[in-house]
This record gives sequence, structure tokens and C-alpha cells, in this order.
Amino acid sequence: MNDSHPGYASHGSAEPPAQRLAGLRGPAPQRSLDARALAALAANPGCRRRALLDAAGVDKTVLAERLGSPAPFGRSPFAIARGNVFEARVKADGYAELLLLLQRHLGLPEPDADGVAVPDLLPRAGTAVRAERTRQALAEAAARPGRWTLLDHPMLRLDVAGSPAHLEPDAVVVRPDGRWTVVEIKSFPILDGSADPAKVGAAARQAAVYVLALREAAAELAGVKPGDGPYDEPEGPAAAPDPTVLLVCPRDFSNRPTAAVVDVRRELAVTRRQLRRMTRIDRILDALPADAGFDLSTADDGTPARTDGQLADAVAAVPAAYAPDCLSTCELGFHCRREARCADAVGQLGRSVRGELGSLRTVGGALAAAAGGVPGRGARDGGGPAHDGGPADGGAGGPADAVDEAAARLARAAALRAEALAEGGLRP
Amino acid sequence: MNPADPTASPGAAADRVTAEILAAVLSGTERGVVVDSPPGAGKSTLVVRAARELVAAGERLMIVAQTNSQVDDLVDRLATAAPDLPVGRLHSSDGRPAPEALRHAGVTASPRIGDLAEQQVVVSTAAKWQWVKDVDPWRHAIVDEAYQMRSDALLAVARLFERALFVGDPGQLDPFTVVGTDQWAGLSWDPSRSAVTALLDHNPGIRPHNLPVSWRLPYSAAGLVSRAFYPFTPFRSGTGEGDRRLTVGAAGDGGPVDAVIDEAAESGWGLLELPARHTVRTDPEAVHVVARTVRRLLDRGLAAVSEKGTAPVTADRIAVGTAHRDQAAAVRAALTGLGVPVDGSPGPAVTVDTANRLQGREYDVTVVLHPLSGRPDATAFHLETGRLCVLASRHRHACIVVARAGIAELLDEHPSTEPVQLGVSVKFPDGWEANHAVLAHLAEHRVGLR
Amino acid sequence: MSLLTTLARLEAVHQDRAQPLATVRHRHLSDRPMVVVPLAAAGEDGAPLAAMLGTDRDAPRLHVVPQPLDRDQRFAFLAALAGDLLPYLEGYGEETEQVEGTEKDPETGERLPVVRELCADAPQLVVPNSAGVHHLGLLGRSTRFRRTADDADAGPYPVPSRVPLLGRWLTHLRERAEVPGSSMLLAMTALLGRHWATGQSHLEDQHLGALLAWIAPPPGLGGAEAARYAESARDGRGQLHCPPAGPATDPRFDEKLLGPAVARHDAARAALRAAPPGEAARAEAHVRRTADEVRGLLEQVLRPTWDQVWRGLDLLRALPPGARVAERWEGDRWSYTGHRERLAAGEPPQPRFDDAVTAARKLAQREREQARLDLQEALDDPLAMAEHRLSGEAFAGTVEAVEAAYDTSGRTPKPRPLVTVRTGDRPHADPGREVHRVWGPPGEDGAAPAAQKAEVVRHDPAEGTVVLRLTSGMGRRREPEPGTVPQPGDRVCFTLFELSVRQAAPLPDPQNTPWTHGGPPGSASAVPGPRPGGPHTGGPHTGGPAAAAAADEEWE
Ligand code: SF4
Repeated sequence: MNDSHPGYASHGSAEPPAQRLAGLRGPAPQRSLDARALAALAANPGCRRRALLDAAGVDKTVLAERLGSPAPFGRSPFAIARGNVFEARVKADGYAELLLLLQRHLGLPEPDADGVAVPDLLPRAGTAVRAERTRQALAEAAARPGRWTLLDHPMLRLDVAGSPAHLEPDAVVVRPDGRWTVVEIKSFPILDGSADPAKVGAAARQAAVYVLALREAAAELAGVKPGDGPYDEPEGPAAAPDPTVLLVCPRDFSNRPTAAVVDVRRELAVTRRQLRRMTRIDRILDALPADAGFDLSTADDGTPARTDGQLADAVAAVPAAYAPDCLSTCELGFHCRREARCADAVGQLGRSVRGELGSLRTVGGALAAAAGGVPGRGARDGGGPAHDGGPADGGAGGPADAVDEAAARLARAAALRAEALAEGGLRP
Repeated sequence: MNPADPTASPGAAADRVTAEILAAVLSGTERGVVVDSPPGAGKSTLVVRAARELVAAGERLMIVAQTNSQVDDLVDRLATAAPDLPVGRLHSSDGRPAPEALRHAGVTASPRIGDLAEQQVVVSTAAKWQWVKDVDPWRHAIVDEAYQMRSDALLAVARLFERALFVGDPGQLDPFTVVGTDQWAGLSWDPSRSAVTALLDHNPGIRPHNLPVSWRLPYSAAGLVSRAFYPFTPFRSGTGEGDRRLTVGAAGDGGPVDAVIDEAAESGWGLLELPARHTVRTDPEAVHVVARTVRRLLDRGLAAVSEKGTAPVTADRIAVGTAHRDQAAAVRAALTGLGVPVDGSPGPAVTVDTANRLQGREYDVTVVLHPLSGRPDATAFHLETGRLCVLASRHRHACIVVARAGIAELLDEHPSTEPVQLGVSVKFPDGWEANHAVLAHLAEHRVGLR
Repeated sequence: MSLLTTLARLEAVHQDRAQPLATVRHRHLSDRPMVVVPLAAAGEDGAPLAAMLGTDRDAPRLHVVPQPLDRDQRFAFLAALAGDLLPYLEGYGEETEQVEGTEKDPETGERLPVVRELCADAPQLVVPNSAGVHHLGLLGRSTRFRRTADDADAGPYPVPSRVPLLGRWLTHLRERAEVPGSSMLLAMTALLGRHWATGQSHLEDQHLGALLAWIAPPPGLGGAEAARYAESARDGRGQLHCPPAGPATDPRFDEKLLGPAVARHDAARAALRAAPPGEAARAEAHVRRTADEVRGLLEQVLRPTWDQVWRGLDLLRALPPGARVAERWEGDRWSYTGHRERLAAGEPPQPRFDDAVTAARKLAQREREQARLDLQEALDDPLAMAEHRLSGEAFAGTVEAVEAAYDTSGRTPKPRPLVTVRTGDRPHADPGREVHRVWGPPGEDGAAPAAQKAEVVRHDPAEGTVVLRLTSGMGRRREPEPGTVPQPGDRVCFTLFELSVRQAAPLPDPQNTPWTHGGPPGSASAVPGPRPGGPHTGGPHTGGPAAAAAADEEWE
């Protein structure tokens, strides 16, 4: 177990393969770890293909198009407009509604005569500049205890797989008690106090990444290293980021904001370890052919840096772990599904199917097992044991047994199915 | 409140908490008293003691347990501890109480509550109590295994008593339902939650007591189980390092099965690891290895040395735990094939059961088929901490886990797309973390099997 | 997913076509179902955009909200929807039958005979998918507390009185849809998914077009290819050939077609407001034209789904109904009858939250109905029974030998024949275990045989034999009644589970809610749940008029 247990690679212990990743991506700008990337990570943390592409910051939407299976994702302009209107409403009148919600849901005092500091975070500057400005603003706020500071769309930095990823929460509030609270503004409603659990879950995972980034920032400000255990809570000034976040949503069927506090400690632990595992990206890189690359750019004359065929080869060179959930979380979903279907993989039917079939990994193999286990018996009259072997016989337990067990179960199921269909008059 | 306080002896620490609990039951201001009990922390002893003290104080009381075997077990314990106490065993009209419950002179059994009016203590399942009507409420009740009871069951029986002591293990399996309950998520009276959480939400004045000492788990297990499954309410073992030992009669044959038995006898833990492979649930190889391990445990003449003295580890002191019923059936069949008794009626036999049914039981040695062994995917069911917690905390001396390699990778690949319901407090510990903590510990006691 | 379902899916992949998962139809289908295909405005849960509905597949009715943000248009839509739906929903109340039963006298506790009215039939709504069910629930929630012009305190935005009534019906139907096996509000994807296994995952089955493509692919196409076409094929304008079955629309449709059309409609309305008197007629005509344009676009994306739902109904109707489907439909009829009575009695709308007792009662009902459904499906359908046989919870086989035997412990000997069954199944039939006999379909005379139990005496898996001792269902005489004991050569089936569903235990009245659950609703000790939310998130007692007051704030 020792060697199969992937130890936590500590941050910065090895030279980050950032350069190789940048090379794979080519001149295109690095895609940030946005909500969609996080959702894909959560839905399929074991997929190396996604891990590599995300670590390299490749634009998977464009890649999917080039592979001939465009991603089905899109946002309706109505939804976008409504989201913007709602966020504007929450932040209108000097953040009046937002501050009220913060006071009510976090039990905070009203801002005093000094009001709320809203530092200019240079929204139009470049990412790096904005990140540095946010860091300063946090430091300034921390130096002014007892006051409210509201960071509107701050830019946070988080080390992912050895290279910095940038994150932009809707808002972070530095409270008079010195704690920092992440505010997520979403346009799905809270109806009678409850909201779509899948959407809240996604928001919580997103917020957890922000808290994680804030923790790094706080640890840096405090000059300490972030803790390692799953339930570790930082102490002292590094403890400023609150693992409870404020989710702001429209109330019921209106456009008025309401809020809910969400404890993201569990998501925090999950995200932290998933991101940490991503540092094993070097192993994926090692297995990559030297000439593989995902450069999606085109020269001025329109010649692509890499042909569609080359891109397909490069993608095929990284193992995937397709599951149907991919279709709703990862841009390459349709591409990987096609690949899984071509490979006749049972995983195309869902994760749970694999559990039923043990080591049988192809549809053809499973059906052959189902057909082969009962030569001429079972379906005929339902009499007699449908198969030999099985646990009752306490076989010696060689590797073949495991396959046989799955095959025997399938054969048994096939016999029962045939019998039942015949009885039901469907297949005389 | 720090149970790990090394200055107090385990006995003294436990006594202090017990005294507080009893005082709260007899004369506390809150109508409810909640006791969180980690595995083997003397929950049953507490129930028996509280029952006797209440009766001594002139009270009549009803006791609610969740399954018939729990009720029978409790009746047996009560009657053994207090032979003079008149105990009523209320049972359903088509069920018969177990002989252990009925063998005592002080026990009266009946399907009708009217027949048991004279009994100072009446014990039954929550399901049966729900049908009891036309009686004066009892002043006191004890609800056992309260975390396994659903809120709706408590709603149905709470009219029968004025005050109650709720005892249970928060680390075990949660109650569940197969139908949709989303519309009540976040409501304090969500009927599908556990009875204790509903009670605590509606009675914010109730502060749960924590039993601080596990008398069942050996020193070698208490630390791990406490850390992995009870991160915010730690406990410790009642016995110290080396107080519990297993001695092995016959020398090992040099094979891996014997090696893992030696390791477990020595350290309290053993991991017998099969090569990585995706298998069906009833992985014949793993099942066979489990059966062989039990066979060798019996053949090699183990003896359990503990604070209670030395006793041979007979078949009835061994249990096999699995996640699924078909796995248990397969193990039973394999054991029968190896001549190991699995049916208790003719004589001592090895218990083979699922985590659900092993809840609340204890043995000297357990052999566990790891819930994730050989699985191509880890589902929420398999990651549920309660399941692993039950399986890893049934033993007094040693626990041997049989698993295929590759579980760590499987955990890494497990998607984490849990939905979040507003207003529902997060359940800790996280299944992934708990599984990893246990795996990391087991890795130190690993014997590989080719 | 069970192994049998997995196997069917594997076969479907192999055959490139869906495979049957049932030999009978397990849900009731009305002679005159009301098909409803709702669409919601993107990004705004519960805001209606359009609905196509009706009982005549050739003449769907269409209602749209040309500007989804406009409150007046929304209410006009809902009023129109109510105008179509309410006559259908209420129409089943006319014909009733008298059912005799007993009721307990609250004073004496005696059981007294009563006659109750039961509606002879009930309405049935069919929507494309479960999101459609959810959407109807949201419409119900958003309308049932609205005040009407008839209310004493009508508020600033009274709605036609039919609107809250519609809300109460939709709320009821949506609640009922949570009860396993009920058929008053059905999602077509769930219906088809219960009866066919496709060669794709359960997740992909939520797409009605793809699901149908697997079950009945167009000529010349395989299931996988047809499904892929339904999911993603687009025309020259970038629009899907098979639009999503709602309630969400395709973002590309919103962007390229609907958005611009709505903008034109907005502009036309602005022009009308600004129009000098002389121009008003022209401007008004333009408003109508732009509204019709929106309407036309929505009709185009709704019609394919409408046709799909009807096609699904055709496919399902081709299956013979399960023998116990009518019995479950009677439960729906009771539910319908009850709701009508509550409306007639002038009860307030359903509250926002169930109180503790109501929630527990509903949970018990759902669990009981789930158990009944599982049981009845197994009895009705050999394929469903096969699941239990595979899991060891039932076994079927041929009787090999019967040996007369008697229980002589009592005053008169009772028949206890020993029956040896040869079976290929591997039941978890330990000796002493009670098993229950499954009878085939009722014989000529139609009388259902008495329930029969047996006890496992011996089980030899290697031999494939189970020896049973019949313990009941043989009459009261010394010798078993003819036909009650199976004979050698007979096919028999036994289950390890009971063949009847246990009653749920009684719960207290809501006003007797115990202290453990906060006391009676509305009492001082009834603290509201930990649900967060705005100021009007209260306990269960926040339904009724108080909630209606808050409803005015909604929908701005
Ligand atoms: S779609 Fe492909 S790349 Fe994306 S997560 Fe799934 S398997 Fe990995």
C-alpha cells in the first residue's frame, strides 16, 4: 500500500513544469481556472486529459471545435442580462443591499460614521497588476481593524499545478471583526429558503477555491505556511478568511436579493486535496510524446499552428476517464464520448455500470460473457442450476475466477431476462 | 471536557461524565438529555444504569430501541444486571422475542401494552411503540441508538413520554429513505433526518454529553477511530498500550495469511492486500482470502489477553464485516466450505454480516472486507463514513482488513459533486478524508498477497 | 442500476436500439391525457415563457409571454393557461361512484359504515421531462397565494381569480407526482425510461429527443446515430433540428432568434407608447406583428417536443397495462377527489412549508407507495420479478415432488405438505425462512386465490432444490382445498418478501406536535427551521393570508 499511496506532494518541492505546460499551450493566453474548469475538476478529478489541458490553460472550447465535437455549452443572453441586472442591484447605492445582507446574515454591526472603504482595485488593469493591487488592499484593510472594507471583484492568485491561476470572486468583505468573507452573487433564486442543491453545491465549490486563495494570501501576509491537515484551521492573522461564505441570490420570484450563509469547509478540504493532486501533472507530462502540443493559434495567413489531425493525436495521447457526467461539465464531453463508444467501453453507460461488471471493460466482452456462461441451459425451462462455479464452491480464487464471477452473474442475468421476456410474450 | 486529559484515569473521566448525565436525567432543566457515545463507550451500560436509577427513584419508564435484536439484547442486559426488576418486553403480534430476553424470571413479554401495566420498565422497538395508544404518558423514556432513529419515528412516539434520555453513536450509519425528501431539506423537522438532530434543532438548550472513553476499542484502535471519524469529539481507550494482547498458539506457516494474523496479533491491525484488479462485488478471490483468514484464526488457537483475563478466541468471538449482503452470503458460503460454523444455533459460530447489522456489536477479532476493494468506482454509498466506522470499530483486540490494492487511486478519482442544501449543516467527517486516514494507518500493517 | 438493467443497456448498445425493460405498462394512461410542454424564461426559474398544451395532438393550444419580464403579460399568460387547464382539471369531478368503507367514531371508537364519494376518473397531465414537472410546481407556487380582485384586500396587482386556483391545482399535481407510482402528472422521459433501456446512460436519457431516438429511430438510422442527431444536429442558421424539450430553451436560439424578436417587440411597444394619436393604430398593429413573430418562433421550437410526447404515448399505449395499474390509479382518483373537496370546502391554499406532522405523513405515504409499487410491478411483470430472483429475494421453478404431511400439535391435524421445487435461482433461503407464494394471473373464474405462506425446510444450491412446507392458504379442513397445493410439474414462484404492504403507524395531529419537534405549529416554542432566507421565511404557519401579503413583493 505504501507505494500505491500517492503521498501529498508539498508545494514547491519540485521544479514546477510550468514551462512545458506553457509550451504545450502555445502563444494563446492562459485560460483561468474558472467556474467551468472547477466543475469539471470536481466531476472527474481522475481524468488526466482534463487535468493536463486545464493545467496548461488550453481553451478547451476551441479545442473541442477543432476536434469536430463542439461543446454544447452556452449562456442565454437573457440569463446573462438578468445576472448583470441582479448583481448591479445588489451593489447599487454604495452596496446598500449587500451591506444589509451581510449585517443580517452574519450578525455584524452597522458601519460607523467612517462608512465602508471601497478601494479602487484597478479593474481595467492587467491580471498581475490587479492581483498585486488586491493583495495591497487586503493588507491595508488588515491594518485598519474595526472597519469595513469591501473589495469589489478582487483578483486572487492561487498556485495550481505549479503555475499561478487567477480567480475573481464577486466580492470579498473585510469585516470589522477582522474576518474576510467571500460573497458569491448568483442569479438562481432562493425560494422559501431553499435553492437548487446542485447549483448551491457548485457555488460552494467555487467559493471554496476563493477561500483557499484568500488563505494563501492571509498566510503570506502573516508570514506563515498554510496548514496541512484536512480539518486544520489556521490561527492568528492567517485565520482571517472565513470558511463560511455568503451566497446572495434573488428572493423567490422577485429580483430582490436575499442571502444564505454556506459552510464550505467540506468543499475546502476536497478542493485543497484535489488541487494538490494536480501537482502530479509532471507524471502526465512525462508520458506525453515529445511532439505533442495543443497550440490552437493560427498564423496571420490563417494556417493553423497545428492541424486538426495533430491536435487529435495529441489529445488521444493523454488518457481520459470518460463518464457521462462529462457531458455536462467538460467541453470535451462529446469528443470523449465518441472515443469511448469507438472503444466499446462499458463506461459510456455510466460509472455505476463498471461496478456491476468488474473487470469486463467492453460491451462486446460483457455480452459475450452473458451469452457464453450458459451453453444451452437456463432459458429453456428455467430448471437446473444455471451455471457452475461461484462463491459457494469456494474455488481457489485465481485471477480467472474474478472474470468468471462477473461472467457467471451476467449469464445468470441473461438467462433470467430471456425467460422473463418469453414469459411476458415479448420474445417467444 | 478534554477527554484526552492524561491526568484523569479513563475510569475517573468516564465516571464524571456518567454522573453528570445521570444528574441531568433525574433533575435537569431540559426535557431531553443527549449522550453521544463513540463505539464501545459503555452506551448499554449507561442505559442499564440510568434505567435502574430511575426505577430506584420511584419512576416508571419506557425504553425505545430500533431493532428487535437491540430490544432483546437490552432486556437481557437489564434483567441480568437487576434480576428483581420487573421488565416488560412489548413485541409485535407476529414476532417472538429472542430466548435470551425471555430466560429471566423478571421479564414478561406481551404484544399488548395493557398486559405490561405492572412492569416498571417496558422495552420495545420504535416501530411497535408507535402503535401504543390509550395509555398515560410515562414520565421518563430512554431512547437507545437514537442516531439510527428517524425524526418521524420520534414524532410518532414522543407523545408517550415527558422527558427522555437519548443515547447513540453519531459516527454510525445515518437513517435513510428511498423516496424523495428534498422538499423538506433544511427544515428542522425534516422527517428523514435522525431523531437527535431534529431534537437538538428544536431544543437549542440541550447540550450533548460525550462519553469520553471507549472500553471496547483497544489502545491501538481508539486513536485512529477517534481521529478519522470523530475529529471534533475525540475519545480515548479505556485500556492502555499493551493491555490487550492476542497470543497465537501455533506458529505461522510462512504464508501471507498467517503473516497478517501475526501482524494483527502484535499491533491490533492488519491489512491483507490483494493485487489491484477491478472485480464484481463478490470478488471470489477476496472472499476466499477472508474465509481462509478466519479459518487460520481458529486453527492457530488464538487467545485474547485483556483486563478481563485470558480467554480463547472461539468462533463466536470472531466477526466478518462486509458492505453488501451478497458479499456476506458469499463469505458465509466460503466459510462453510472450509468447515467454519456460521450458524449460531448448534454452537459457537462466526458472525458474518453487513455494517448495518453489525452496528452495536462487539467481538475480539474482526475480519473486514474493505467496502472499496476491487471497485472500479467509489459511490457515495461506499464512501459513507458510518459504514467504514462501524466496520473498523467492532473489535476488542484486532481487526484484519482484506482489500485489493488501488483504493487510494480510486479515492482520488472519486467525483465530488455533492449537492448542497441550504440550511443543512455539513456532516463531518468527510468520507474521503476518513477513508484516507484509515488507509494510511493500515499501510503500516500491510502484508501483500501475490 | 441493477445488473438486469445494465444487461439490457449493453444489449441496446449492441443492437443499436433500445431494449424492453418491462413486459407490461406500469403506469396508468388516460384516454384523454392533457399534454403540456412548458417553456421558462432563461435565467429566471419559474418565469413562464410559453406553453403548448391540449388533449388533441392535432390541435395544440399555444400561449406565450412575448416579453418575459412584463408582469401584465405574465398574468395574461397564466389566465389563459388557467382558462385551458381548469376546465380539464375540474371536468373529472362530475361523475362519481359511491364507495363503502368504515370510519372510526371519534367518541366511541366504534367502526361505523360510511359511504364516500370517489370520482370515476381523474385528470392526467403529461409533460416532456422531470424539469417540466418541477416547472409546473414553480408556477403553482408563484400563483397560489396571489390575490384576486374578489379578495377584500386585493392589493395593487390583483389577478383573475382563476390564476390562484390554477396554482393550487398545479401545486397538488406536483406534490402527487412525488408519490411513487402515481400517474396524475407524468414526465415522458421517466415513463419511457421505466419501460425501455437505451444504449446510453441514464443522464443522457433525460433528453427526450435522444431517448425516443433510441426507442424508435427513424428508418435507416441506428439508435446511437439518431440520438446524436437529436442532441446536436443544427441547421444552416445554427439552430437545433430537435430543440430541447424545455423548460429551458437552447441558448443559441435565445441569442440568434428569440432575443432579437423580443427586442423588436420591445421597440414596437416603446413606439406605441410614444406614438401620436394618429399613428396609434399602425403602431398597435406593429406591436401585434412583433408579438406574433415571437409566438411563431416559440411555436417552432415547441412543436417538435409536442409531437415527441405524443409519439411517446403511442409507444406506451402499445404495451398492455399491468394487472395492478388500475388499483394504483384508484389512489390517484382518491387524491383528486380529496383535493376537489378541499377546494369546495374553501380551505386556504397549501402552505409554503409542510408542518412536522404533515411532512412525516407524506414521507410515510411515499414509502408505503414505493413498497407497493415495487411489489405490484414484480407481480405484474416477470421482468420485474426477475430482479428479485437475481438478487436472491425470490425464486421460480418447477415442482418436483409433493408429500402430504400434517401438523398434529393441535386438536385437529392441519395440512402441512412438503413441496420440492427445482430452481436455477439462488435465493437467500435459509431454513426456517418464511416465503410467500406468487400466484399466476387469476384463473377463469377470476377469483384471486388466498394468500399462501410456506417455510423453507431445506435449500440445496448445488442441487438446485428448495424444499418448502406450506403453512397456510389451504382452507380450514384436514385436507387442503383442491387447487391450493401445487402439483408436480407446476411452475411456481415464491418470494422472501411479504406480498402486502404494511400500514403506516399513526402520527399525532399537527396541533399535538410534541416538544421534540417544536410543539404545535404557531406555538411560541415552534422555532422555525434553520432554513435561511428573507424575513418572511417562517415556520409552517406562514401559509395562508400572511404569505399572500408577502407575495406582492414577488415578481417585480
Ligand atoms: S470529457 Fe474527456 S477530457 Fe473532459 S473530463 Fe471527461 S474524459 Fe476528461
